[in-house]
Amino acid sequence: MAKNSAAAADSATVTMASALNRAMREALSEDSSVVIFGEDVGPLGGVFRITDGLTRDFGENRVWDSPLAESGIIGTAIGMAMYGMRPIVEMQFDAFSYPAFEQVVSHVAKMHNRTRGAVRLPMVIRIPTSGGIGGVEHHSDSSEAYWTHTPGLTVVTPSNPADAYSMLLEAIRSDDPVIFLEPKSRYWMKEKSEGNLEPLPMNRARVVREGTDVTLIAYGPTVSVALETAELGTHEGLSVEVIDLRSLSPFDDETVGASVRKTHRAAVIHEAAQFGGYGAEVAARVTEREFYHLAAPILRITGADTPFPAPLLEKFYLPNPERILDSLSTWQWED
Amino acid sequence: MSIDLATPLPNVLPDDAPFRLIGDTGKAVPPKQRKGFELPSIETLSLIYRKMVVARRWDTQVTALTRQGRLSTYPSARGQEASELGTVIAMRPTDWLFPTYRDSIAVLTRGVPTAEILTSFRGDWHCGWDPHEYSTAPQVTPLATQLLHAVGLATAAKLKGDPIAAVTFIGDGATSEGDSHEAFNFAGVWQAPTVFVIQNNQFAISVPYSKQTRARMLADRAVGYGIPGFHVDGNDAAAVYAVVSSALERARSGGGPTMIECLTYRTEPHTNSDDPSRYRNSKEVDAWRAKDPIERLERYLLSEGALTDADRESINAEAEEGARAMRDALNKDPVLDPLELFDHVYFAERPALKEQREALASELASRGSAGRTGGGE
Repeated sequence: MAKNSAAAADSATVTMASALNRAMREALSEDSSVVIFGEDVGPLGGVFRITDGLTRDFGENRVWDSPLAESGIIGTAIGMAMYGMRPIVEMQFDAFSYPAFEQVVSHVAKMHNRTRGAVRLPMVIRIPTSGGIGGVEHHSDSSEAYWTHTPGLTVVTPSNPADAYSMLLEAIRSDDPVIFLEPKSRYWMKEKSEGNLEPLPMNRARVVREGTDVTLIAYGPTVSVALETAELGTHEGLSVEVIDLRSLSPFDDETVGASVRKTHRAAVIHEAAQFGGYGAEVAARVTEREFYHLAAPILRITGADTPFPAPLLEKFYLPNPERILDSLSTWQWED
Repeated sequence: MSIDLATPLPNVLPDDAPFRLIGDTGKAVPPKQRKGFELPSIETLSLIYRKMVVARRWDTQVTALTRQGRLSTYPSARGQEASELGTVIAMRPTDWLFPTYRDSIAVLTRGVPTAEILTSFRGDWHCGWDPHEYSTAPQVTPLATQLLHAVGLATAAKLKGDPIAAVTFIGDGATSEGDSHEAFNFAGVWQAPTVFVIQNNQFAISVPYSKQTRARMLADRAVGYGIPGFHVDGNDAAAVYAVVSSALERARSGGGPTMIECLTYRTEPHTNSDDPSRYRNSKEVDAWRAKDPIERLERYLLSEGALTDADRESINAEAEEGARAMRDALNKDPVLDPLELFDHVYFAERPALKEQREALASELASRGSAGRTGGGE
């Protein structure tokens, strides 16, 4: 089993799905307290096959199918973590995590604080998230703001295989509970350019493309959209910097601040609806800290304030490079 | 997890009449009616009696201090001592308890110090003790959520091969919550060493049992989960102790979970801010007060010559000492550190929280306070 995170995912053929699988294999091998359970995660390997082969290779006492009940999955994981296990649980789809909302916000997030640190809950809640796969209703939500608004939760989301591998391992080893959002539209993408990413701690943002005119702040599924936008922008003479936040809570003020101080303009890109969304926090936070470096208000280029649409309509809802460039052009660019 | 389908499933519904070992008048039921359970020894029953008297004295004192404003709220368990302590005294120190807000006397009997139990009701922190030290989880308020924690912990113990069980209390109202269904079901499927003690005290604040369910009894649900279910007289400490003990034994030796319904009655208001006169009649309350669990066990012990004047004296002394210790604990102003607000949110340090901590520190400093305040301010 590969021990070096960069080496493990350093291949053009590695998908995010296989990188996640490899991280869990490694965790199961190195720590007997790691267990995995959830709906269909056993012999089937999960509906996205992320846990493929794990029951076969580690046995039913390490990786098993639970009854179909999300609150039950999170609630029992809490008890296991109280007894020294490191459970990794899967919510089958973003919107299917809602039955577990109470367990997450009332217990996962609060147990450490409630007990003055006496009880730690080292657990990872994996949630395949967001749209772009033509999913029917309830299969494409971006629910990050519910989690990031809850003190006590650590919320991270990788955008590429190398990060998926290193961040999931770090999340499993963390003594804090982690909400691990997996952008399902990226599960099967093979991305050559990211094979040699430098390993970075889970709580740090990464500048994935340098530029001088504007900073696009993206995460999860919108990082590749932002990169496409940057490429397209060069034809219009626009030099676009792209930041992959990676960690939504905590927020990496330092990396984002440095970028904004350089470009003086920033836009946040996410799939979730705009009103009360994560982008509002980013815009407010960066404005409070970097106001005198900003030449224009921070834009939010996001999904519409509608429920996530039916599959044939999602392309009109999701932010795309053309829409992002159009939005950037609304800024007054001359001083 | 591997599931042993060869485990025989119980298929018998509990009897209509709740199971008893000692009747209302304090007489032991004839051996033929004991359904294979043994009457606990005199030593055990004497211990339960002693702890029930101590717990009631403590509960009465906490209620009084709540009326005086020393606590922000207190849900009394008066009248439920047999269910609470018959259960807890059957447990080993290594078994885990998952209590609710009403189960303070159970937590007390687990050995958690008074001041640490009352931390949350006084309002200085949400939980006052280290759950690992007493194998006792924090008292939960979101009802039925703790059942799943108990099932998870029990499953972890089973996976590690530790011979312990998890016990959790739940009320009749909370059995309407979805988490109770999920917990009973997970426990059945995983054969988790869990004992669910349903204290059917017949009221969820103001709402009576009949508005929670059409079911004849709650213990009937067990058969639907493929687990053993028992319907027990919750005011008979001997019956509670015997049934819980056998369930614990079964759990620790790989026999899976058990559901036990203890039929009892909440003779007190829900909390000090409740007004029971709006929803129930005092004759019903008086009838249940007459079935007092402590008096019942006392009659039995007296008839067996197992409760002497010297015993009573020693028990009362212990009860008074417990009440005094609690009064002393509450008469001290809590030492609050406002900056502790930020200290336990995460295990890993967070720069942004550190900033907020420093902001509060300088706010306090600018007001001329060193940051530490007594509760009396």
